[in-house]
This record gives sequence, C-alpha cells and structure tokens, in this order.
Amino acid sequence: MFEQISENKFKSGVLVFCFLVLIFLLVWLLQYLMGLGVAGFVLALVFASFTAFLSYWASDKIVLAMSRARPVTKEEYPYLHNVVEGLAIAAGIPAPRCYVIDDTAPNAFATGRNPKNSVICVTTGLLQKLNRAELEGVIGHEMSHIRNYDILLQTLTVVMVGIVALLSDWILRGVFWGGGRRRSSSRDRGGGQLALVLVAVGLVLAVLSPIVSQLIRLAVSRRREFLADASSAQLTRHPAGLASALRKLASDPEPLEAANKATAHLYIINPLKNVKGVVNKLFSTHPPIEERIAALERM
Amino acid sequence: MLFVFLIFIGLFVLFVVGLYNSLVTLRNRCDNGWAQIDVQLRRRYDLIPNLVETVKGYAKHEREVFERVTQARTQAISAGTVKEQGSAENMLQGALKSLFAVAENYPELKANQNFLMLQEELAGTESKVAYSRQFYNDSVMKFNTRIQMFPSNIIAGMFGFKERDYFEIGAGEAAAKEPVKVSFS
Repeated sequence: MFEQISENKFKSGVLVFCFLVLIFLLVWLLQYLMGLGVAGFVLALVFASFTAFLSYWASDKIVLAMSRARPVTKEEYPYLHNVVEGLAIAAGIPAPRCYVIDDTAPNAFATGRNPKNSVICVTTGLLQKLNRAELEGVIGHEMSHIRNYDILLQTLTVVMVGIVALLSDWILRGVFWGGGRRRSSSRDRGGGQLALVLVAVGLVLAVLSPIVSQLIRLAVSRRREFLADASSAQLTRHPAGLASALRKLASDPEPLEAANKATAHLYIINPLKNVKGVVNKLFSTHPPIEERIAALERM
Repeated sequence: MLFVFLIFIGLFVLFVVGLYNSLVTLRNRCDNGWAQIDVQLRRRYDLIPNLVETVKGYAKHEREVFERVTQARTQAISAGTVKEQGSAENMLQGALKSLFAVAENYPELKANQNFLMLQEELAGTESKVAYSRQFYNDSVMKFNTRIQMFPSNIIAGMFGFKERDYFEIGAGEAAAKEPVKVSFS
C-alpha cells in the first residue's frame, strides 16, 4: 500500500510536469501563430504555470462543479455521514466531506488532493437503491482511492485533459484560419524554413495531444479499480456487499446526466452506459463489471 | 580502514534509530486507535439514555429490559482494562438487542421519528465501534509482531515496549449471538 502511495505521488508529479511542458508548447505554438513574439513566450510560461497550479489546488472544486454536486450536512443525510465516518475510521484517515448529486442513476466518486482534503460524492439514487452493506462496500472502494492518493492523480487528469483538449482545439482552428497569413509574413523575415517545421510539429502535437492525454487517463484508471475493490473488501471484511452493489449498479440502465467523457473515469462504474463492442472495451476506462464481481467473489 | 569502520558504525546507528522510530510510530497508532474506540463508545453511552426514554414512552411495562440496558451501560462506562471493556461491551450489545426486539412489538414506537433517528444513530455508532476496533486490532497486531520479531525485539526489550491486548469479543460474543428472549409479562 505504501509503495502505491509513493508511486501515485511520483506519477502525479511527473504528470504535472509533462502537462506543464505540453501546455507550454501548445500555448507557445498558439502565440507563434498569432505572432506575439517575446510577450507570447512570457504568456505561455505564465499560462502553463497557472494551469498547473490551478489543477493542483482547485481541480477537486472544478470536478465537483462539473458534476453539479452539492455539500450535505449530517442532519440532512445522517445515514451517508455515518457510513463515511465509520469507513474513515477503518481506513485510519480523517473523514472526507460528503457531497450529493441529485440524480436517480446510482453512482459514486471521490476527489481531492490528499486524505485531509478529500470529498466523497454519491448520487441520491445510490442512497435509495443500496442497503447498508452495499453502501459500505461502495464507500470503502472510494475510501481506498482516497487513502492511496488515486484521487490526486485522477482529479489532476480531468482538469489537465480538459485544458489540453481546449488548447489543441484552438490551435487547429488557428492553423486553418490564420496559418496562411502567418507563413507569408515569417518568410519575409527569412525564417520560412524553420517556421514551416514548427507549424508542422505543432500540428502533429495538436492532433496527438488529445490522444496522448486519453491514453494517460486509461493507464491511470483500470488496474486501480481492481485494487480499490480489494481494499474495500479488506476495510469492510465483507466482499459480498460490494459485489452485490456492483451488480445492482451495472444492471441499472439509467445514464448519469452530470457525467461526461472527462469525468467518467472517476466514477465507481462507467456512468455513460455505452460500453458495447470491441473498440469501446479497448478504450473503456473501467474493467468489465463481471470481472470485478468475479474477483470479489473469489476472496 | 578506520573510515570504513566509522561508516559501518554510522549505518548501524541509523538502523537502530530507524527500528526504534518505527516502534514508536506503531505504538502511537495503537494509542490513537484506542482513543478512537473510546470516542465512539462514549457517543454510544450518551445515546442510550435518550433511547431508553423514548422507548419508555410507549412501552412502560418492559421494566426488565430497561434495567438490563441501564445496568450494562453503567458497567461498560466503569470498565478499566481493555479486556473488561470487551466483555462489558458484549453485555451492552446483547441488552440493546433485546430492547430493539421489544420495540418491534409497538407499531406506534416504530413509526416515531425520534426513535427512527436514534436507531440510525445507534446503528451508525455501532458500526463505527466495530471499525475502530478493527483498526485498533490491526494496529496492535502490527505492533506486537514487530516487538516479537528479530532484531526489533532487542530494541523493544531495551526501551520497554510492551505488547498490547487485542480488543476481543470474548464470552459475550456467544451471548450476543443467541436468539433474544422476549418476555410478555
């Protein structure tokens, strides 16, 4: 477990650094296309550091806002609070704050940057459809994501993937609409060859970056779900609870409206409900639910 | 040669310091676990009088059950050692079970909002007690294993680290698992 924590922290650091570089390159390319010169370089640097900083400190808030989650008091949902507090004790971490999404599709996720600043978010549908043992299984799964610092890595990915997608979108548009004009003026300055190469590299980068960030996200999440299932069983000492909860969640046909492609990998099961066919299975962020249930039943 | 010797001594000291510190960490985790259990148990003792009062309002005649609960609670509060606490807790658990079994016979009581809230609070606290016990016992197991293993057992002996008791459910466990007898006197 401790190896996993340090691995997660290390990976988060590497991820932040890579994204910093990638975003710097993208912004620099963007300003190059717009021809801002030195000011653009500074802009790129400031923007890159700002996004890296933002994604560390505010990504949990961004994710919660994206999912339309609201904080709930103990008076409103004593049941949820009691379960969360109990499992926090079992995991030996401070109790996370509780958030709720008003949606009948049962699902849950955890976010935050460390166990002290963490949030567990469930849908109202989850609270209605699961019994206590099943809810404990689900919360135990989220609790182990928190304890292992999976939440840091996963939440960072949401915001960073979003920013890269946005930037590469802008650049592609910039090349198509402003590229010709730029190229002729830089040839006047005698740097035509270099400029062409840069634009080509930039184009490749702009096309590749969403794919790369997708792949990072896939690598991040799949093995972790199995691990979190196992740790949940270790916390609750009742693997059947989580297995039965997963079965209920999987058989529920409703998609979660507040979820989208950027946040889907945070949830305990895929909230988008479109995992059919070979390609989807290859690119899905979650391992098939039957495999997870089978692994729990072997315990 | 002297240089190599000094490095060797230095490494040895670092090794001993590391072992000592890990023992301290594990011991503190046990203490923290025990404090956590204590917090949850106290919360439960505070809930019980409220619960008894609420049930009394509907089921005045079940004096026997109320007395058992109150007595078990007093005993649990005054328990000193880890072992005593364990057995007192089991008695209390059994008594509470019979209290809820009695409540089953009073439909108006089961519909009472206050009673439902207390029941949820108590169930939540009970599972918190169970989880904190699990955390404490896991910590104790790690601590005791470290104390018994070589070479940390030497350090533990030198600095007086003592093995801890598990917070066990002893004889009471069997009693708590027995079907509850409900008398209709």
